[in-house]
Amino acid sequence: MTSESIGWWGVVLGILAGAVRGGTPFLLVSLGECLTEKSGKINLGLEGTLLMGAMSAYAVSYKTGSPWAGVAAAGATGALMGALHALLVSRPKVNDIAAGIAMLIFGTGCAFFLSKPYIQPSAPQLPAVALGGWSQVAQVQAALRISPLFFLGVAVAFALQWFFRATRWGMHVRAVGDSPAAARAMGISVGRTRFLAIMAGSALGGIGGAHLTLFYPGAWTEAISSGQGLMAVALVIFARWNPVQCLWASLLFGGAQAVGPSLQAVGISTGYYLWNASPYILTLLVMVLTCSRKRTLVGAPGALGSPS
Amino acid sequence: MKSLILSLLTATLATSALAADKVGVGFIYVGPKDDYGYNQAHAEGCAGVQQLSWVKGVEEASVPETTAVQETMRNMINLDGALIVFPTSFGYFDPHILKVAKQYPKVQFLHCGGMYTEGKHPANVGSYFGYIDEAVYISGIVAGHATKSSKLGFIAAKPIPQVLRNINAFALGARSVNPKATVQVIFTGEWSMPVKEAEAATSLINQGVDVLTCHVDSPKVILETAERRGIYVTGYHANGIKLAPKGYLTGAEWNWSKVYTDYAEAVKAGKSLAAGTIPHLVRGGLKEGFVKVSAYGPAASEAAKKDADAAKAKFMDGSMVIFKGPLKDNTGKEILPAGKELKQQALELEAMGWLVEGVVGSTKN
Repeated sequence: MTSESIGWWGVVLGILAGAVRGGTPFLLVSLGECLTEKSGKINLGLEGTLLMGAMSAYAVSYKTGSPWAGVAAAGATGALMGALHALLVSRPKVNDIAAGIAMLIFGTGCAFFLSKPYIQPSAPQLPAVALGGWSQVAQVQAALRISPLFFLGVAVAFALQWFFRATRWGMHVRAVGDSPAAARAMGISVGRTRFLAIMAGSALGGIGGAHLTLFYPGAWTEAISSGQGLMAVALVIFARWNPVQCLWASLLFGGAQAVGPSLQAVGISTGYYLWNASPYILTLLVMVLTCSRKRTLVGAPGALGSPS
Repeated sequence: MKSLILSLLTATLATSALAADKVGVGFIYVGPKDDYGYNQAHAEGCAGVQQLSWVKGVEEASVPETTAVQETMRNMINLDGALIVFPTSFGYFDPHILKVAKQYPKVQFLHCGGMYTEGKHPANVGSYFGYIDEAVYISGIVAGHATKSSKLGFIAAKPIPQVLRNINAFALGARSVNPKATVQVIFTGEWSMPVKEAEAATSLINQGVDVLTCHVDSPKVILETAERRGIYVTGYHANGIKLAPKGYLTGAEWNWSKVYTDYAEAVKAGKSLAAGTIPHLVRGGLKEGFVKVSAYGPAASEAAKKDADAAKAKFMDGSMVIFKGPLKDNTGKEILPAGKELKQQALELEAMGWLVEGVVGSTKN
C-alpha cells in the first residue's frame, strides 16, 4: 500500500507537485486571458468559461468514454463562450468589464444547470504522464504523475511568446491591442483580430477546466473552480502580459495553494488561514517589489479595455 | 384586486391539498441533492418520507442562504400547501426561518442543527440533530484495525464543536482497538473546496496516512483521491462505496427518513410544535435510528467487523459512552477524571473546544 513517511520532504514535494497540478488551470486560463488582453479586450468571464469547460469535459468524457473527447469539448465550449463575449464587446458602447461579468454569471449558471446529471457518475480520467519511474519512493512517483494538459500549457506559453514576438499574426494582435487606429491604417481588421483572439483565449480557458474535472481533483462539483478563473485573470497583470511569466506566476500560485495542507500534514497546524492566504500575500509582495515609479502597469497593451 | 385573486387562488390550492387529505412537506437544500454528502443525505430522507402514501413532498435544491430561501418557503406553503418545511442548511435559520415562521404560525418549521432557543424564537420552530459521532466512533474502530502505519488522516472544514466531536470520536474509536494510532487533522477552512481537499488528501497520504476520513460538505473528491492512491477511507454523510469500491471500509451516514417520517406522522395526528405536542429539540443516535453505519466494504477485516458490531450493540442497548474519563486532550490537559463520563445529551459536548490525546492538530486558527 503506502511506503514510509517522508516527513519534511513531504512539504517540499507537496509544494513542488502542487505547483504543477494546482497551477495548470491557472496557467491555461491566464494564457487565454493574456492573448485576449494583448488584442486590447478584457474577458472577465473566464471564470464562467472555466466552469463550462470543466462541466462539458466531464460530461463528454462520461458519455463517450474518451477523456480526450472531453478535452476537445471543453475547448469547443470555451471557443463558443468566447465568440459570444467577442460578439457582445464588438458592439459600440458595450463595456468589456460589464459584459465579462455578465458572461461570468451566465457561464456559471449554465454550467450548474447543465451539470445536474453529472454530479454522481465518475468519468474516465486523462492518462497521466508518469515521469517518476526512476524513483523507488511512492510519494515521488505519485508527485511526478503529471497532467498532459500541463505540458500543453507549457508549450502554449512558449509558443505564444514566440507568436507575439516573431510572427506576422502576433504582431497584428499586438498592434490591434496597442493602437487600433494605427492597425486599421495598416489595413488590419481590428474587429476580426479581436474576435479570433478572444475566441482562442476562451478556448484555452475551457481546456483549463478540463484539467480540473479530468485530472486534478478529477471530479465535477459546483465548487470545483471556487474563483480560480478570476485569480488567473489577475495573474495576467501580475505577469505583465508576458506568456512565459504567466507560466512562472501560475506555478507560484499552484505551489502556494499547497503550502497550507502540506504544513498541516506534518503537524504545523496553527495559522492555517494565514497559510491559505499565502498566494495573495505573495502577489501583493511581488507587485510592490516590481512596481515602477515611472509608469503604471508596465507592459499593458495601450488600448486595453477602451472601446474599439 | 390582484391580491384578492391571488389569495383566493392560494386558498383553493391549499384546500385542494387538504381535500386529498395529504400532508405537504417541503425540503430545501443549499446544494445539489446528489452530492454524495450533506444534501444527498437530506434528499434521501425526503425520498424516504414520500414512501408514505399520504405525504406530498416538494423539494428545491441549490437555494442560497439569502432572502431566496424565504421566497422558496413561502412558495412551498402558499402554492404547494406544505404543512411542514425542512430548510436543511445551517445558515437558513437566522433570520430567514425566524422571519417566515412568524408569518405562518400554523406551519411547522424544522431546522437541522441545534439553534432553537425557547422563548427567543417563534413557537412553531424546532431543531433536530443526530449524534453522528456514534457512527464515526464505529468507523474509527474499523479504521484502527485497517491501518498498517497507525497513522489516520481526518480532513475537516472548520474547528467548530460538531466537527471536533467527530474527530475526537474517530480517534477514540481507533485507539480503543489500536492504542498506537494517531489521527492527523487538516482543516481546509471551507465547507466545500475540492482543490484544497484533494491537496490535503495528497499531503496526508504522502505522510504515510493509510486510512482517511473527513467532515466536509461533499466527501466525493477525498474518497476518489484516496481510492486512486490505493489507501482506505471511511465515509461521511452518505454511502460512498461507489466512489471507492476497493478502499471503502465503512462510514457514518444520516438516516433522515426515520426522523422525517416521525414528524410527518405527528403532524398528521394533529400534533404541533406550538401546542407543545411535538418537542422543540429532537436528538438521537444509532439507537433512535437517526444515524446509521454503512455496510462494511470488502477491505474491512473480520476482527474489525467483530469489534465494530460489539460497539454497535452497546450503542443500541444504551450502555456505550464515547467520552469518559480518564480523558486527556492533546496538550496533556485533563478533560475528564477517571470515573466521570459525559453522556451524549451533555451540553459540554455541544461546546467542545478540544482535541483528544492521539489527535495531531490544533483547534486554533
